[in-house]
Amino acid sequence: MSKQGTPATLLRIFPYAKSALPRIALGMLAALGGHMLALTIPQVLRDLINGLKNIGTVEALLPLVFIVLGLGLLEAVMVLLRRWLVLTPGTHVEAGMRAKLYAKLQDLPVAFHDKWPSGQLLSRATGDLSLIRRWLSFGLVLLVANGITLIVGFVILIGFNLTLGIIYFAISVPIWVIGFNFEKKYHTTARLSQDQAGDLATSVEQSVHGIRVLKAFGRGDHAAGKFATDALRLRGTELKKAGLIGNLWLYLILIPEFAVGISLFIGIGLVADGQMSVGTLVAFLATTTVLRWPTESIGFLLSMTIDATSAVQRFFEVIDAPVDITDPEHPRAVAVSKGRLEFKDVHFKYPDAAPESPDLLDGINLVLEPGESVALIGVTGCGKTTLTALATRLYEVTGGSITLDGVDIRELTRDDLRSNIAMAFEDATLFSSTVRENVLLGRPDASDADLDQALEIAQAKFAYDLPDGLDTTIGEEGMSLSGGQRQRLALARAVAAAPAVLVLDDPLSALDVDTEAMVEDALRTVLTATTALIVAHRPSTVQLADKVALMQNGKITAFGLHSELIAVNDHYRFVISSLDAAGNQISVEDEVN
Amino acid sequence: MARHGGGMRGVENEDQIELTKEQQKEVRARSLKLLFSLIRPVKLRLVLSFVVVIVSQAFRVVGPMLIAFAIDTALPAAIKNDMTPLWLSVGAYLFAAVATGSLISFFLRFAAKVNQDVLFDLRNRVFVHTQKLSLEFHEKYTSGRVIARQTSDLDAIKELLDSGSSELIAGVLYMIFTAVALVLLDLPSFAILMLSLIPLAFLTRWFQKNTRLNYRKTRVASAKLIIQFVETMTGIRAVKAFRKEKRNQEVYQELTEEYRKVNAKVIQLFGIYDPGLISIARVAVAMILLVGGLRVIDGSIGIGVVTAAILYSRRFYDPMEGLAMFYNAYQSASSALEKISGVLEEEPTVEEAANPTPLTEPKGHLEFKDVEFHYSNGITVLKPFNLNIPAGQTVALVGTTGAGKSTLAKLVSRFYDPTHGNLELDEIDLRQISDVELRRAIVMVTQEAYLFSGTVAENIALGKPDSTEDQIIEAAKAVGVHEFIMSMPEGYNTDVAKRGGRVSAGQRQLISFARAFIADPAVLILDEATASLDIPSERMVQHGLKTLLNGRTSIIIAHRLSTISIADRVLVMEHGEVIEDDTPAKLIAGSGKFAKMHKAWRDSLI
Repeated sequence: MSKQGTPATLLRIFPYAKSALPRIALGMLAALGGHMLALTIPQVLRDLINGLKNIGTVEALLPLVFIVLGLGLLEAVMVLLRRWLVLTPGTHVEAGMRAKLYAKLQDLPVAFHDKWPSGQLLSRATGDLSLIRRWLSFGLVLLVANGITLIVGFVILIGFNLTLGIIYFAISVPIWVIGFNFEKKYHTTARLSQDQAGDLATSVEQSVHGIRVLKAFGRGDHAAGKFATDALRLRGTELKKAGLIGNLWLYLILIPEFAVGISLFIGIGLVADGQMSVGTLVAFLATTTVLRWPTESIGFLLSMTIDATSAVQRFFEVIDAPVDITDPEHPRAVAVSKGRLEFKDVHFKYPDAAPESPDLLDGINLVLEPGESVALIGVTGCGKTTLTALATRLYEVTGGSITLDGVDIRELTRDDLRSNIAMAFEDATLFSSTVRENVLLGRPDASDADLDQALEIAQAKFAYDLPDGLDTTIGEEGMSLSGGQRQRLALARAVAAAPAVLVLDDPLSALDVDTEAMVEDALRTVLTATTALIVAHRPSTVQLADKVALMQNGKITAFGLHSELIAVNDHYRFVISSLDAAGNQISVEDEVN
Repeated sequence: MARHGGGMRGVENEDQIELTKEQQKEVRARSLKLLFSLIRPVKLRLVLSFVVVIVSQAFRVVGPMLIAFAIDTALPAAIKNDMTPLWLSVGAYLFAAVATGSLISFFLRFAAKVNQDVLFDLRNRVFVHTQKLSLEFHEKYTSGRVIARQTSDLDAIKELLDSGSSELIAGVLYMIFTAVALVLLDLPSFAILMLSLIPLAFLTRWFQKNTRLNYRKTRVASAKLIIQFVETMTGIRAVKAFRKEKRNQEVYQELTEEYRKVNAKVIQLFGIYDPGLISIARVAVAMILLVGGLRVIDGSIGIGVVTAAILYSRRFYDPMEGLAMFYNAYQSASSALEKISGVLEEEPTVEEAANPTPLTEPKGHLEFKDVEFHYSNGITVLKPFNLNIPAGQTVALVGTTGAGKSTLAKLVSRFYDPTHGNLELDEIDLRQISDVELRRAIVMVTQEAYLFSGTVAENIALGKPDSTEDQIIEAAKAVGVHEFIMSMPEGYNTDVAKRGGRVSAGQRQLISFARAFIADPAVLILDEATASLDIPSERMVQHGLKTLLNGRTSIIIAHRLSTISIADRVLVMEHGEVIEDDTPAKLIAGSGKFAKMHKAWRDSLI
């Protein structure tokens, strides 16, 4: 958490609010104008009413009426001006910050997203930003206008009577001390409540995305119990906030009233001694009444300002997060990649792994010649998926390098790199748009024939039979598809991108034996011309590839033809083979023996 | 976007902006019903908080009177060296100040408690209800919408509560008292004040009509924004891999702008309404001055009356701005309530039995009687069939994707109910079994192994919340994931990263397997639960499966036929029908579909 104070933190939104500031400043002026009118109107009104005594004709009455009407309408105009000036720019600032946050989140590496629950991100993009907008167009404006009104009011009070003014001022001083203390205490609580609101959003998000598991185990109640605990915690923090605010208000009401009471007492003494006129005392007291609202408003303006401060802090926690996977300053271009992918002594360790733990990838050396396809084999959790993610810089190598056609992938723009290497993930993510858009995500300008071919290869021609054919909306917002269907579309997407290198992470796991066989036959034609790295769990997938790389303890321990490895490598046999020498299925009992 | 007509039940036509009269009535009725049901439990405390506000306002009003008394009475007395009235009035003033301050301070805390209770109640209701809603609902409503309802819509309601309903009551009371005083004082002035209510009514009506539509738009726009946000963040790997960032940014920026526009629109509406209100009030005062002045000139009333009438009419409008702000917040909250009440109105298509038949010791005998299933769009997934699965039998379901295997599994786990016929467990229709007992008896593990944030142990214990550490470890050992878990930094207490990011797909599946193991159900359904396992893990699981399935009914869906070797019986499905049904040995020996599949699979092994 940032250690900056409230003003310093708030100043950070300056670049986002810059264009809105002139209008906000004018809005402050309008608000101030309104307050000044409010300070004078009662007096004016009283003078006018007193003037009524001397009125004998309608001609004399009308100007009075017009003055009252004019002043009243001027007040309304001031309010109109303030709102008109301030509100629209506020929404622009909010929208700008929101778009910036989203852009930053898309830019941040996957490792950041692994760490941050999406509910926390969502609460930053929604609640926090609207809080900042309201503070900017309402809180800030009133804070300044009311502050100036208070100062003007004090000056007027001192102008009425120096002694009384100073006494009133002296009694009011504790408000600032209390306000300062409040700021310190409230800050932590405000921050806590926003974080807890984010946690709650995360609970909601997980309960929705994990609904199938919760239903399958009948654990809806359990999740609800957990949610209720979280909600109760937030409630507790909100009550703590309310307690602090209630406390502040006590003093915000008490202190000015005490100041008025004591001024009244001393004032009457002064009048009795003949040191002050009754009229001045009345005017003095009338002015303190006008100052009441600006004083009391400090309460909610202060809490609003602090709420906004921690919202700003939370915003900048994301904006300040380092993007450690960036485009190089002077990128090199790979015009038409031949697709030679080389891993040179690649090391990798997740940023949040224990410092003393060994590297997950501990010196990977692997060369995929253009057009060659390599199956990556190894026990679950050995780092195969991680290795595939390194090739497109979803994560960055912590040692060694990966080159595409001899160029270090860090010297390419991410766009360039990722258009040359297409991936299909094991969990097939489809987006809420049409089949066509989903499949052509990697190459939006592809022709219908290309699209058709990709669907053909992935055995995803079922898409033509969907209600609106290829224009059927799928993904969450659209038709729900089976796991196997999703996986085939994701595969079609990778194929349609027509990349130089294909990276497929167990791309056929959800397919039945028949479909798998058909996909494999079709894929072979693509793989003759395309370099491919295929994570495989099944022998049938292995046979798609020209060569096999065996991963063990973070290294490639064997590389060669499947037929060679199966003959000589025990670990390879352990990982891939289900049959013993006699052709019977191996069971765990056999292994133990 | 704005289609007229059509039902408004539940979340139907949720994104519709302009509603017909009947729809409007329907939607308002259900929002109000929800609102009242939320207020009911806090009714008494709400009344108490009104009382506190009224009393505190009364003490506030006393203040100026005491000042007047001090100047009119205590001052002359003080000049005569009689300080008693001064002490009295200042003492009373300070007392009133203490009373006001403490009451308002108390009220703020008290009202916050009431508000938070209402909010807590609503949050839980929506959460529990969405959990209860059937999968069918979730599949079409999307996660983003459910999240939007529970985050940004609830925020709108929170803002209404924070804007203070009690001050509303105090404001209205204040206005009524002022109006009554004016009636007693001067009828013509009162008449002018009442006349000013006519343009006010028109203004309010205009504001109400416009804000209702626009607030509804903000709800829809904000939900869209959230849907896009959630989809991007949960699919961030694919977004990056396929360079969708720029296109996403365009879409999101467009949605942001759409939201900004409707939001700016409602704020502007209030920006017109509020000064409009002030103008009407000020015109009314000027009119009262004019009419009063004219009467003073012709001598029909005295100056004092006009003075008082003007002061009263000015005061009459004082609480108006607060009321307007409250009304604005109410408009915003009520369109959120429209949406939330819609979700709450949705009923689970899979309903829990009202008077469930107890299922004390489930044995696991499943019987499908003339069961048929088709989707609401009429597409038949399972043609009518009968099937008897004796307790303890291990049944393998095989067939091509789309043959209906998963649907059959979802019927058994009651994610859906059959559209025709019935499905019985131990001779009891599934629809007659309570949810708790059903979920204890039947557990399904799917290919999608979702991990919740929390520790590995917590994720396993989800299968049986009261399980001991030993049981958790035993379950992990049984499915062969113990060693992996122990290799993690904090063993069973390791926090799994979001969406199980740090756990490989295979390991995730093993953990979810352990989850099922610990749940110890009478009927276990494995729907492609081993798809991501590598061969060594699969061997481990199969070893565990033998113990796990012993004495249990189980339905296994697997593309890899290795899992099927332990089955007592194989059902081959195609196009929504069971086409082969026998022991694996007999089917393999025959010449049917399964024999072919099995041979192809055998040949793929090495």
